[in-house]
Amino acid sequence: MSARQATAHVCQGTGCISGGAEQVCSSLEAELAKLNLEGSIQIKRTGCHGFCQRGPLVVVEPEGIFYSKVQPDDVCDIVQSLLPEGKPVERLFYRTPVTDRVIPYYRDIPFYSKQQRLVLRNCGHIDPEDLDDYLAAGGYQALRRALIEMTPEQIIDEVKWSGLRGLGGAGFPAGRKWEACYRASGDEKYVICNGDEGDPGAFQDRSVMEADPHSILEGMIIAGYAVGARRGSIYVRAEYPLAVKRLRIAITQARERRFLGKDILGNAFDFDIEIFQGAGAFVCGESTALVLSIEGKRGMPKPLPRLRTAEAGLWGKPTLLNNVKTFANIPLIIAHGSEWFSRRGSEKSKGTAIFSLTARVANCGLIEVPMGTKLRQIIYDIGGGIPNGKAFKAVQTGGPSGGCLPASLLDMPVDFDSLTTAGSMMGSGGMVVMDEDTCMVDVARYFLDFTRRESCGQCVPCRVGTKQMFDILDDITLGQGKSEDIELLLELGEAIGHTSLCALGQTAPNPVLTTIRYFRDEYEAHISEKRCPAGVCPTLTSRSRE
Amino acid sequence: MEKREEKLLREILSLYKGKRSELIPILLRVQVNLGYLPEKARKLIASFLNIPEGEIYSVASFYAQFRLAPLGRQRVTVCRGTACHIRGAPQILEGIEQAIGIKEGETTPDLEYTLETVACIGCCALAPCIRINSHVHGEMAPERVGELFPLLSKRGQDVC
Repeated sequence: MSARQATAHVCQGTGCISGGAEQVCSSLEAELAKLNLEGSIQIKRTGCHGFCQRGPLVVVEPEGIFYSKVQPDDVCDIVQSLLPEGKPVERLFYRTPVTDRVIPYYRDIPFYSKQQRLVLRNCGHIDPEDLDDYLAAGGYQALRRALIEMTPEQIIDEVKWSGLRGLGGAGFPAGRKWEACYRASGDEKYVICNGDEGDPGAFQDRSVMEADPHSILEGMIIAGYAVGARRGSIYVRAEYPLAVKRLRIAITQARERRFLGKDILGNAFDFDIEIFQGAGAFVCGESTALVLSIEGKRGMPKPLPRLRTAEAGLWGKPTLLNNVKTFANIPLIIAHGSEWFSRRGSEKSKGTAIFSLTARVANCGLIEVPMGTKLRQIIYDIGGGIPNGKAFKAVQTGGPSGGCLPASLLDMPVDFDSLTTAGSMMGSGGMVVMDEDTCMVDVARYFLDFTRRESCGQCVPCRVGTKQMFDILDDITLGQGKSEDIELLLELGEAIGHTSLCALGQTAPNPVLTTIRYFRDEYEAHISEKRCPAGVCPTLTSRSRE
Repeated sequence: MEKREEKLLREILSLYKGKRSELIPILLRVQVNLGYLPEKARKLIASFLNIPEGEIYSVASFYAQFRLAPLGRQRVTVCRGTACHIRGAPQILEGIEQAIGIKEGETTPDLEYTLETVACIGCCALAPCIRINSHVHGEMAPERVGELFPLLSKRGQDVC
């Protein structure tokens, strides 16, 4: 039997695997073998496409037909569709959540067509376990260019001019960090990639590590050459076993092809990378805590004043520490130039922002947009709006360090600075959409429950303060709130923010402060009327329904 | 600790050089193989790295991954990430607690189940989700709790 040439891209991200993507892949292989079609139809196991909610996903190229929620039983029909007289399998097409419009092609689905994918450029398109696939997509060209055509100073200048800011959350200019590490004295330096994505509600680092590990390695190798380091570590969160596996494979392949190791690409430059698995501590996202964790100790942030990690980090040596996405941007900047990169984004935040768009939004998944895109475009155009006819209430960004923004800020352009001004932050890029059925006091309580558990306990404001705030919020949600509680929360929040040792404590009050700032009426309803307007808090709900 | 476990532990330690910085990788690997960090294992690791046992306890108790008591054969982990919370994780946790008869952080006496929560699995687009051993179950609903823990919910019905 003959078929036309086609490739079925089967997503093998954690989300799709949980829906049965591995079985889909093996059924597909078996079916192709049965019909002797292995020669003409290829199967490519790709990383995460970002639209995990619709998984398992299969995309048939070259047409770009997008099949969602594919189960092993559907495989037979997909294979039939690839035969000369075959027709696409309509029942697996994507349907828009609100208007129920059928869209067969990947490129036409608003969730994808309104994005601009730079960091996620290869995610879902290449096989993360195949170095040749990364090379075919232009991989390691930037490294070649950096090593052969550029000096370390030129590379650092490009990164500075690009305007790239660290995508771990705080947005510190990447080029300045690189320069500080480059200028720091000492022969022994380290490059560390922070893949300890601890924010609940964010999974972009996981997806990049799973779907495009070589882009991270390439960025790190270029960084090593630029700052003068010969060793690198990737700190991967313990909850991400698939990311560890894919990175391990990528490192082995890169060593075989001499992108890692001695005399890289025939140049007198040695660099190697090892993986360090974290053991589960949110605070280890902080640079000094992360470094202590790699040294085998409790990850407790070092108090100020101290030297910057770029000057004294791992083993007291100058250490360049950047986030997964920051490193994944580097090959693009080196390959296309800083000017190309800085054309994207807003005035002070260049490039793109990646968000994990989740909860009460029609299209959940991983998205990438230019910095400065409005919240409304993200939630309504890409996210497809709020499902089930409910009304939008708030969007939470920045995880436990961020805040909840109300509908009045939907037209705010999203970048590092605008989010901070609004009382939230970029953080590691969670974007949790909340509707009328979400209780804002419960959300604040939820985040303080998280921070009080994750506080490392060494400084009093954070250890005791977050516990106190949690207790007050718990009382309010149980209908035992007192009239002075709101003022007390504000006072505590300010004190904890100003006096905690590290960013965990300093930003811990943000979820409470922003919910009071924008949704004070909900607090008041809980306290004075003993009523939960959203109907979430169990004790108050039964009472309000009576 | 049984002889077999001690042999396994010595094999694991033989893969390392005995440097202090190897502590967390060693603890992770021992836990993968033994399921938890028994006191005797902590003693052996302490002497291997030449550090006090207290230091091992200090590190093991700091990180959420490490377990000082044996785990159940089925390790049930409920995600309490933000998206999961908003989409009903507390009800899922409550349902599982009722179905298997233990609270968060506990293990059934027959060592069949351990129930724990995790800050985030990273499957936020499939919220709410839980993990049983290494398999993630997305888009959980209270009705699905009964499907995933059928024997126990049946046991519950018998009692009724």
